[in-house]
Amino acid sequence: MKRLPLWILGAVLLGGIVHLSTVLAMPQMATQDAYSRLALITPVNAVVQLAAPTAKDAVMPFMDPAFAVAVCRYDLSTGALKLSAPLSQAYTSVTFYTRNSVAYYAINDRAAGRRAIELDLMTPEQHAQLPEEEDVTAADRLIIESPTRRGLIVLRALAPEPGLMAMARRALAGAQCRIEAAPPQR
Amino acid sequence: MRLFFGSCFTLALAAAIGLGATWVTLTRGVAFGSLTIGAWTAWPKSGSVDIDPYARATIARSGELPVGVGDGVAFYAHTDDSGNVLDGRCTFVVSGTTPAARYWTLTLYDAHGRLVANTLNRHNFTSAEIVRETDGRFSISIGPHARAGNWLPSGGVEQFVLAWRLYDTPIGVTSLTAKEGPMPAIVRKGCT
Repeated sequence: MKRLPLWILGAVLLGGIVHLSTVLAMPQMATQDAYSRLALITPVNAVVQLAAPTAKDAVMPFMDPAFAVAVCRYDLSTGALKLSAPLSQAYTSVTFYTRNSVAYYAINDRAAGRRAIELDLMTPEQHAQLPEEEDVTAADRLIIESPTRRGLIVLRALAPEPGLMAMARRALAGAQCRIEAAPPQR
Repeated sequence: MRLFFGSCFTLALAAAIGLGATWVTLTRGVAFGSLTIGAWTAWPKSGSVDIDPYARATIARSGELPVGVGDGVAFYAHTDDSGNVLDGRCTFVVSGTTPAARYWTLTLYDAHGRLVANTLNRHNFTSAEIVRETDGRFSISIGPHARAGNWLPSGGVEQFVLAWRLYDTPIGVTSLTAKEGPMPAIVRKGCT
C-alpha cells in the first residue's frame, strides 16, 4: 500500500495523455460532424439549398433561421473549383470550411464589392501549377487555397424579415460551383 | 501479483480520468480565447484557422458550423446578468444597445441548439425587424406568455440558450472589450 500514491500519480499522467489524444482525435473520429451530416443530403461539387431549420428538424444545430443557406460540398481531386454567387439585397456571405469544420476563409458582399462573389478554389498544389501568365491576368480573380481536398462552401443570404426569405432563396438559387478543368478522358 | 493489480488499477483509473476529462470539456464547451461581455460569451477564434483543439473537438462532436471571422461573430448566453439559468418558464428582458454591425440576429435555442416550438413560429429577431425606442435602444421580452412589443416566445422549455450574431461588424472582434462593445443586458423579471 506504500506504493499507492505512486500508482495514482501514474494514472493521472496517463489519464492526461488519454484526455489529450481523445480531444485531438475527435475531429477525425466524429461521425455526426457537419460534413458527415451534409454528405448524406448533398451531391459533390454542386450548390444545394438547405431546408430552413424548424423546431422539429434541422440539418445542423445552432443554424441561424434568419438566413437562407446553400452548400457546395467540394472535392478538388479532379481540378480547381469555380464559385459564383449573386448577391442578395440584404447581406450575403460565403464561408469556406475544411473537411473538419474549420472556417479558413469568409467573405461578405461588401468585401466582394461587386454584383456577385466570384472566386476560384484550389489546393496549394493546383495553385502552384497555374501558368504564370494566367496568374497575372488573374489579378482581379480571387483565388482561395483550400487546406484540404474536401470541404464545404456555405453560402448565406439574410432575410432581414421573414417576408424576405423568398428573395434570399431566389438570390442563392443563382449560385453555382463547378470543377473548372474537366478530368482527363479515359 | 501486486504489480499486476497495480497496473490494472492504474490503467483503469487513467482511462476514467482521461475520458472523463474529455467528456466534461466537450460537453461544457471549453475553449480558449473566449470573449465575455456581461452574460455573453463569444469565441472569435473558433471561426478561423486559429481555432484551438478543444473548440475543434466540440464543433466536430456537435455538428455545427461556426461563423467565420470574415462573416461575423456569435455571442452565446446561458444565464442572465446575475447568473440565473435561462429558464423558459420565467420572463427575461434583453435590453440596451449592441456593438456596431450591419446586421444582427438574436435567436433562441434549446440546450441542444434546436429551435423551440411555439404557436407564433417565431424563433428570432433581426436588427431590421425590431421595434426600437427613439434613441435607438430596444427591449425584447423573452418568456412563455405573449407580451406587447418585441416578444420572443420561450415555449416553456427548461433551459434555453440565446445566440447574438453580429454580421459585418467593423470592430476588431479579437480586441473587442466591454467598453467599445456594449452588449444588451439580460434581466429576469419573474417566473410563473
